[in-house]
Amino acid sequence: MSGSEVAARQCVVGAMEGRVDEIADRWVQLQARWAAPSTGIRESELREEADALVAAVATGLESPLPVEQIVASHVDLNRTVTELSLRRARSGESPTATSLAVLALKEALLEAVQESTQDSGKLFSAALLINQLMDAAGALSFDTYVEGREEIIHRQSRQLLELSTPVVRLWGKVLGVPLIGTLDTARTQVVMDNPLQAIQDQESTVAIIDITGVPTVDTAVAQHLMQTVQAVRLMGADCVISGIRPPIAQTIAQLGIDLSTIMTRATLADALSEAVELTAGSLPPSDAPVAR
Amino acid sequence: MARRANTTPADATTPATVGASLTPGDAVSEPTTVVALTTEEDLLAVRHVVRAATLAAGFGLVDQTRVVTAASELARNAYIHGGGGTLTIEHPHRDGTKGVRLTISDEGPGIADPESALVDGYTTGAGLGHGLGGARRLMDDFEVHSQSGAGTTVIATRWAHR
Repeated sequence: MSGSEVAARQCVVGAMEGRVDEIADRWVQLQARWAAPSTGIRESELREEADALVAAVATGLESPLPVEQIVASHVDLNRTVTELSLRRARSGESPTATSLAVLALKEALLEAVQESTQDSGKLFSAALLINQLMDAAGALSFDTYVEGREEIIHRQSRQLLELSTPVVRLWGKVLGVPLIGTLDTARTQVVMDNPLQAIQDQESTVAIIDITGVPTVDTAVAQHLMQTVQAVRLMGADCVISGIRPPIAQTIAQLGIDLSTIMTRATLADALSEAVELTAGSLPPSDAPVAR
Repeated sequence: MARRANTTPADATTPATVGASLTPGDAVSEPTTVVALTTEEDLLAVRHVVRAATLAAGFGLVDQTRVVTAASELARNAYIHGGGGTLTIEHPHRDGTKGVRLTISDEGPGIADPESALVDGYTTGAGLGHGLGGARRLMDDFEVHSQSGAGTTVIATRWAHR
């Protein structure tokens, strides 16, 4: 560490000494001024955050780490910045608000240094140091913010995968598989597996795949559907595809996909009455005896 | 509707082309949209962007579904066979009729013989083989430019029918 850097760090640490509360207050004020009032983060939380971050900056500067590594390697400072950014990412703050929140501390620190010294040379090197430190913190905060958002996106897509492929029992031995959304590789496997497993578990004889909620049926989707139908038949059950809306019917016909070997119906209601007929001989005996 | 004009035999020097050349007089109004096709999620994005473009051109529900399906086929071809590419959406108009033009380009191995690739049932992978020919039936104007080893470009236009 060069002598001038040591001097600059001492200058900043000296300016912060005993004024941690004041700087934290000023930071909270600045954030409120720069960014729109935050929706998800309460004033008291902001205050706690400010105390922790200002204290971490002070201990970071006192540590023997070179300035360009403080943010990356100083445990307290790194954790404080990361937590601050993640909290904002999760509460839906904008990326601008998040990086401004960290960069606002730069202004608060500069003001503190300015009040503590009149020497312009010292002031300049202290300002350089603060800039270096807070820019690194800003970059870290932005990285963390993006990671936090990506984590949310991944979690949501996993949830979608689970939610979107229910198999429901509609009638005696009739299963319903309402498909919603697009069928791409990851979901297709689940869509294939679920009804087959349910046919085995519930000894069903008809499976109705309803595609009312599928916006686009192209050749890839049609192929998945045909394979599912084939697999259902191999298990000894019948398969009906319902919910073929007029535009989808026209598109399938023009694409040249031949679904004539598959039982298709316009609505789920049609498919259900067809399925009930198909299973008529195998309806479970009714509990109450039928009076004649 | 199937047009088989301007067919050049596929050899190593001439790019093979299927379909009529575009009338140069078509005016294209801004803005054009470009979507990269590098991941499977991009195929989802394609369907959304193309659906929005057909809505903007005032297409009915059936035509919207047609164009979105064709875009889905062509984008999937570029993603699976071409190793990724781009989709460009333009809004041309001809004689007061609005249209949506899709240009899908990839830099993959190309199609050696586009004419036979348009025939139903033709496939080099595990697909049904209806994608390219089906997409041509769903659109009004359809051109395939391809050269072995130099990628494929498909230009497809659908006009608003009243």
